[in-house]
Amino acid sequence: MAKGKLPMRERYRLLTRDLDWTPTYVKPEDVYPYTRYEGIKIHDWDKWEDPFRLTVDSYCKYQAEKDKKLYAVIDGFAQGQGHLSLTDARYVNSLKLFLCGVTPLEYAAHRHFAYLARHLDGAGGRFAALCQSIDELRHAQTETHTISQYNKYYGGLHNFGQMHDRVWYLSVPKSFFEDGISAGPFEFLTAISFSFEYLLTNLLFVPFMSGASFNGDLATMTFGFSAQSDESRHMTLGLEVIKFMLEQDEANVPIVQDWIDKWFWRGYRLLGLVAAMMDYMLPKKIMSWKEAFELYMEKQMLEGLFPDLEYYGIRPPRHIQQAITEKEYMSHQVYWILYQFSHAANFNTTVPPREELDWMSEVYPDTFDRHYRPLWERARDLQEQGKRFFFNGLPMLCQVCQIPMGFTEPGDPSTICVRTSDFRDERFNFCSDGCKWIFDREPEKYVQAWLPVHQIYQGNCGGSTIPEVLNWYGFADGDGGEYLTSPDKLNWDKWHTGAVVGGA
Amino acid sequence: MNDEHKTRTVGIDLQDSEESRALVDAIEEDNPDAEISRMPGLVQIKSTRELVIRRETVEQRMGREWETHELQVHIVSYSGNIAEWYDDEIVIKWENWRPPVWGVQSSDRGATTPQV
Repeated sequence: MAKGKLPMRERYRLLTRDLDWTPTYVKPEDVYPYTRYEGIKIHDWDKWEDPFRLTVDSYCKYQAEKDKKLYAVIDGFAQGQGHLSLTDARYVNSLKLFLCGVTPLEYAAHRHFAYLARHLDGAGGRFAALCQSIDELRHAQTETHTISQYNKYYGGLHNFGQMHDRVWYLSVPKSFFEDGISAGPFEFLTAISFSFEYLLTNLLFVPFMSGASFNGDLATMTFGFSAQSDESRHMTLGLEVIKFMLEQDEANVPIVQDWIDKWFWRGYRLLGLVAAMMDYMLPKKIMSWKEAFELYMEKQMLEGLFPDLEYYGIRPPRHIQQAITEKEYMSHQVYWILYQFSHAANFNTTVPPREELDWMSEVYPDTFDRHYRPLWERARDLQEQGKRFFFNGLPMLCQVCQIPMGFTEPGDPSTICVRTSDFRDERFNFCSDGCKWIFDREPEKYVQAWLPVHQIYQGNCGGSTIPEVLNWYGFADGDGGEYLTSPDKLNWDKWHTGAVVGGA
Repeated sequence: MNDEHKTRTVGIDLQDSEESRALVDAIEEDNPDAEISRMPGLVQIKSTRELVIRRETVEQRMGREWETHELQVHIVSYSGNIAEWYDDEIVIKWENWRPPVWGVQSSDRGATTPQV
């Protein structure tokens, strides 16, 4: 520690406690009107702890350092035509998923943490939210910069903001996050900071960042590490806010438990897209979804975290057992949906090459050969006969997670699971007990869902034919469909047989 | 209960870089039980019970002054709970080994790890 400098703890106290004041001529509830209606009781905001003890000077110093390192790599990668050293152009599909599905969520997180930075009663929480708000903006920007170099050479990346708002499968991440920001501040923190950034973070990070590293995408790997270094702070905020609520009042326990139950399942369903990407879109595999789930959810969370929370009366998420059962087949079910509907998506899909099918037989010994390998072999046969299979209709969607209803009964991969609830004389459909449970708690909220299929039928998506809808999505030729005949694949083959990159 | 707790691990993932090498060495020195493994770009350090990162040890290994805040540049992820972050050391460990007392922070009620 430099001489003459105050200790970290003291600097942090001066920033977050000494600079704050208690209003005297306005009531606290008028200054902070949103922190009471959810029923969470807080007696002493000063008990909010931030182990990082960040101050403005150290935040700026280290963030600047991270950005400098990152941009040096991004520039080097772009200047050296780094995209040509990827394992295969097929890998870029995972970036399309990431840029359109995740980057807009970072921006939404930036906005909502800015709101929390104004509206939490305690200065410690407000400052942590302010830092996170700036982090999230940095992530949205650096992701866009990192991936923009691919936009010069590959399809599906050119219109990600509009796609996020309109494309059917992107309503899955979009509605997830909007469910969070339309909740109260404490529920949002449980949803995003705790459930998403602490419980599920490694299941999002490992597939994308280690996937980038394994597949030669140095730029995305470096961006990922840079963002993850902030993420460790966000994880800490997530865990602290849960403990803070639980320690402030016993009456908070059942409320927090309900939110954990809800947001675990919401986040887990969203990660279905990540599971599919991990097992199917990475030409070079890191580990299977099943292995990642066992390590990061079962080992780190169920055996590590939840015994810690048990002391407050918190138990593991309701429906966790179903997620454990589904680890054997979830990625196959989601990718099968994406395969059939990629003519209406901004990425390409294809039947995995034989050696990848062999890998899946090996890592999913109990389910793959029996249920999914025959499916892919049939799809390949059709493709070889020139009859590439696309589903020419619109699927029924789950009212809560908005994923097409392709999941099966727990433990029975041959029967499609359908659950329903009646509300105000209408029937609503769900893919699982988890999604039905979420709907039944707050039906007034979920009846308002913007379901892409319903919207198309109602005439709100540019027209009644597929080309009209795709045009409204903002797609260009070749953005979606089969990979083997896609412009990405044709260009890739050309560039690797001597053609000039960017040439005709 | 206690038997269950023995298997609970904490861990930290760091970028595998020139600078973090000294950091990894220091962590290894201060946590003799820690297990180190590598994935492309990553060093993963795992330990049962707790992990300590001490400024002095890191400074000796790096041959320069080092602030504990600098860990933020190298950290990629962690599992567990950041129990302490001071100028001289960072401690990652699980905190709760006894029932809660409502309205009191765990640090104030003297949460400790059970003696094995």
